[in-house]
Amino acid sequence: MSQTKIAYYPGCTLKTTAKNFEDSALAVARALDIELVELPKWNCCGTVYSLTDDNLMYHIAPVRNLLRVKQMVRDELVTDDHRMVVLCSMCYNALKRTNLRVKENPEDLQKINDFMYLEDDDYELNVDVIHFLDLLKEIGVEKIREKVVKPLNGLKVLPYYGCMLLRPKEVGIDDPEEPNLQENILAALGAEPIDSPYRKVCCGSYLTVDNKYVVVELAYKILSHAQKAGAQALTTSCPLCAFNLDNRQKEIKEKYPGFKNIPVFYFTQLMALAFGLSNECYGFDLHHTKPEPLLKEKQLC
Amino acid sequence: MKETKSKKLDPEKVMERIAEASRPTVAGVEEKDVRHWVTIYVMGRGYSVPADLTILTAMEYAGYKFIRGCGCRQGFCGACSTVYRRHGEYKLQTGMACQTRVEDGMYLVQIPFSPAEKASYDISKEAYKVNTLLKHYPELARCVACNTCTKACTQDLQVMDYIQAAIRGDFETCVNESFDCIQCGMCALRCPAEIVQYNMAQLARRLYGRNDRPEPKHLTDRLKEIEQGKFVKPLDEITKKSKEELEKLYYSREKESD
Amino acid sequence: MTKKIELAPENNKLCEKICSISGEVVTMCDQCGTCSASCPMAAEMDINPSEMMKMSQLGMEEVLETKAIWLCASCFTCVVRCPRGLDLSKVAEALRQIKLRQAEDHMDIKKLTIEELEGLPQIALISACRKFTG
Repeated sequence: MSQTKIAYYPGCTLKTTAKNFEDSALAVARALDIELVELPKWNCCGTVYSLTDDNLMYHIAPVRNLLRVKQMVRDELVTDDHRMVVLCSMCYNALKRTNLRVKENPEDLQKINDFMYLEDDDYELNVDVIHFLDLLKEIGVEKIREKVVKPLNGLKVLPYYGCMLLRPKEVGIDDPEEPNLQENILAALGAEPIDSPYRKVCCGSYLTVDNKYVVVELAYKILSHAQKAGAQALTTSCPLCAFNLDNRQKEIKEKYPGFKNIPVFYFTQLMALAFGLSNECYGFDLHHTKPEPLLKEKQLC
Repeated sequence: MKETKSKKLDPEKVMERIAEASRPTVAGVEEKDVRHWVTIYVMGRGYSVPADLTILTAMEYAGYKFIRGCGCRQGFCGACSTVYRRHGEYKLQTGMACQTRVEDGMYLVQIPFSPAEKASYDISKEAYKVNTLLKHYPELARCVACNTCTKACTQDLQVMDYIQAAIRGDFETCVNESFDCIQCGMCALRCPAEIVQYNMAQLARRLYGRNDRPEPKHLTDRLKEIEQGKFVKPLDEITKKSKEELEKLYYSREKESD
Repeated sequence: MTKKIELAPENNKLCEKICSISGEVVTMCDQCGTCSASCPMAAEMDINPSEMMKMSQLGMEEVLETKAIWLCASCFTCVVRCPRGLDLSKVAEALRQIKLRQAEDHMDIKKLTIEELEGLPQIALISACRKFTG
C-alpha cells in the first residue's frame, strides 16, 4: 500500500517554542507510514474560537486555512482528499469549531467567501478537521505497539488533556469526563498512565499573559496532584498548556519552594522515544524542566 | 550640502518647478485642443480635468499646490497615497497619486501620512530570534487574517502573508514578501488590528540582512577600496567639472544592463 | 444591604444585548450552581459564574465591572455540565465584548515587559489579544 499523504496545519507556535512538538510528530507519523504535508500557505487560525454570534471577522482566519486543502487535492499533494490534521489543541479547537459553525450557517459561509474574493477558491465545506490523536486512534494501538523498540517501562505519566481537546462535546476527540486516548497510547508504549481528575482541568490558558499568578496557582495544583498520584512526567498536545505547566514551574518554585520540578512532554516526544527515532526530533533544549535526568534514570536516553 | 545651506530655498517654489517639469501631458496644450475630459471629485468637489492625467497632475491642474503629500513623482517615495472609489462601485481603491490615471466619476482624497509607532532598537544588539518581531511589535498578535492590508497595498504586495510570516518568526518570507514596500502607509490605516505593517517589515529586513545574508563580496571589496582612497582623486576631478562636461559624462555613462 | 431591583422591561436591555452578541438566553438559568462548582477559576473570581448569570438575568450592569468576566478562560467545563444546556462561556464572552466594543481594552500589550514578550509563546499572545483587546 502506498503511503498516506494527508494535509497538515501546523500553527504559529509549532514553528517556534513548540518546534519539538512538530518535529517529533512528523517523525512519528513517518514511522507509521503517514506523511503529514504542510499546507503550502497558511495563516494563524486565531488560536481561540470566537464565541460571539454576530461578528464574523474572527472566523475568516480559520476558513481561509480550510480552503487551502482544495488546492492541495488539486495539485495531488495529498492522497486523503477531505481531511486536515492538526497537532496543536488550540488550533484544532478553533479550526474544528469554525468548520462546524460555517457548516451550520451557510449564510455566514457565503459572507466569508464573498469577503475573501481574492482567493482562488471558495470554501465548500469539503474538509474535516481532525486531531493527530484521532489519526492515531484510527491507526490503532496494535500498530503503535509494533513500532515500539524501546518500551517506556516504569515511566509513570499523567496524560494531561486540558480543555481544547475535550470541550465542548461537539469538537471533543474523546469523552469529556473520562478520556482515554492518550492513556491507550502511553500503555502501548509501555509506560504507565496515571489517573488524576486534574488531567482535564484548565491550566489558565491565555491568562498567563495578563494574570500569570492565577496560572501559577492552577499549574501548581495540576502538577502537585499529578506527583501525589505518582506521576513522574506529564504529556500534553497543547503548546500553551506546555508553557503554563513547564515554563511557569519557575514561578511555582519561587512561590512554593518545596515544589519539585516535573518534566512536561508532548505525547509525540514519548512516542518518538519509544519508537527509537533519531535524536534530532526531541528538542529537549526547548523545555524549562529538562527531561534528561528522568530519562537517564529510566535508561531511556 | 553647502549649496542648500547658503542659498535658502523656498520649498513652494521648488515644488512648483518640479511640478512644471513633470507635466508633459498639459504643458503647451491649449484647453480647446484637449479632446477627452473626465470629472473627478476631490474631497467631494467636482473638477473637470483632461482624461490622460494622473491624480497628482489632475489635482494640480485643478489648482491644488503640493508642498507635502508629493515627493518623487515616480512611484517610489510613497508620499502621495490616495484612496478613491469609482462611480457605482462599493470597493475602496488605493493608489499613488503620481502613478494612477484619473477616471470619470472618481471620488478621491489624498492620505499622505499615516500616524505610526516605530520601535526603537540598537540593531547591533538586537537578538535574531523567532520572537524578536513580536517583542517590538506585539500588536502583530492581533492579526485576524482578514487580508485587508493586501487589498489596500498600492504595490500589490501580499501584505497579510508577510505579517503571518512575521508572527511565526519566518524572517525570510517576511523579507521577500515585503521587499518592494514603499511605506505609503495604506495597510496600516486600513488594518482592523491597528498593526503598522511597514515599520515591522523594515525591522525584519534589517535583522535578516544583518544576520541571515552572506556578506556581499563586491560590497566588502568596494568599501576596502574607498578606505584605501582609490576614489579620492576621481571624485576631486568630477566635482571640478562644468555643468556641460558633467552632462556629457552623464549621458555617455556605462549603463547597467537589465 | 439590600438592593431593590425592578424586573421592568428596561432591565431586560442587558439580557437582550447578551443574547444579540452570543445567542444565549440568560433567563433560562435556574441557578443550580453546577457552573460555579465546576469552574477552575471560581476561587479567584469576585463573583462566581452563577452570580454572573443572576446579575445578567436581573439586568445589573455592574456585572460588566467584575473581575470574573476577565478570569473566565473559556475552558468550557461549565458548558459541558450545564443541565440547562446554556453556554456560559458565550455569556462571559458577550459581557467582555460589551466592554471591548466600547473601546475599553482589558489589557495593554505595550505594557508587557520585554522579558515577558520574549518568553511568551505566540499562542499565548494571540489568544490574549483576541480575548482582552477590541
